[in-house]
Amino acid sequence: MAEAMKMRATMEGDVVDVKVLIQHPMDTGLMKDKKTGKLIPAHFINQVVATLNGKTVIDAQWGVGIAQNPFIGFRIKGGKPGDKVAVNAVDNLGTKFDGEVVVA
Amino acid sequence: MNQLRRAFLKNAGTVGAVAVAIATGLLKPGTVFAAAWNSLAFTTKDLNEAMKNAGYDGAIESSDIVIKAPEIAENGAVVPVSATSNIAGTTSMAIFIDKNPAPMIADFQFLNGAEPYIATRVKMAKTSLVRVTVKAGGKNYIASREVKVTIGGCGG
Repeated sequence: MAEAMKMRATMEGDVVDVKVLIQHPMDTGLMKDKKTGKLIPAHFINQVVATLNGKTVIDAQWGVGIAQNPFIGFRIKGGKPGDKVAVNAVDNLGTKFDGEVVVA
Repeated sequence: MNQLRRAFLKNAGTVGAVAVAIATGLLKPGTVFAAAWNSLAFTTKDLNEAMKNAGYDGAIESSDIVIKAPEIAENGAVVPVSATSNIAGTTSMAIFIDKNPAPMIADFQFLNGAEPYIATRVKMAKTSLVRVTVKAGGKNYIASREVKVTIGGCGG
């Protein structure tokens, strides 16, 4: 999905600070459509992996309790400008969301 | 929870979904996550049972886990929460919210130089304790912080 993921990676001292924003409804499955009265099915990102130069640094599992258009911030020791940070996420319907950024 | 039961519970009920996802090409076999999504823990309604199912049972209170969250969240649908673990040997961190329909919010593993720190935004149904559990050196630790919610964020 184009532009579904925004990422920024900057140096804070000798630590890479990464901020990621993913466009996603994160529907809990508990809310009703106001017009039809039917439950909106759960639709949420449930697994996220972040890598630094291909090595996994964060391996996360999410539930419906993460807010809509999820934001995640994390930090990696030992990174430097020019390094590549990638994030790969998948939702409960199997749709993938991928992003990559170069450390500034 | 003993490891055999945990491994069984991790795999039960998840093979089908992943197989379908791989078959339809949506989840390429190359994208491998460390473990299958822990559907049991994420759907458990009781806080302590959820923590147990997530592998964080028996957690000891620790002031070395620092939670940053607003004292009052105006909008329960988007509550910023960040947490740092100053406990040596931290390998993972999870967030639970007592009064949410399903208390387990997220679980993060730290590898290859990642700092034991996470910032994210969560949904809160109502005023509740936000719990951060940490696994360090094979032991579990926990810290809590109350967040007051004026408008609930889980729907309705």
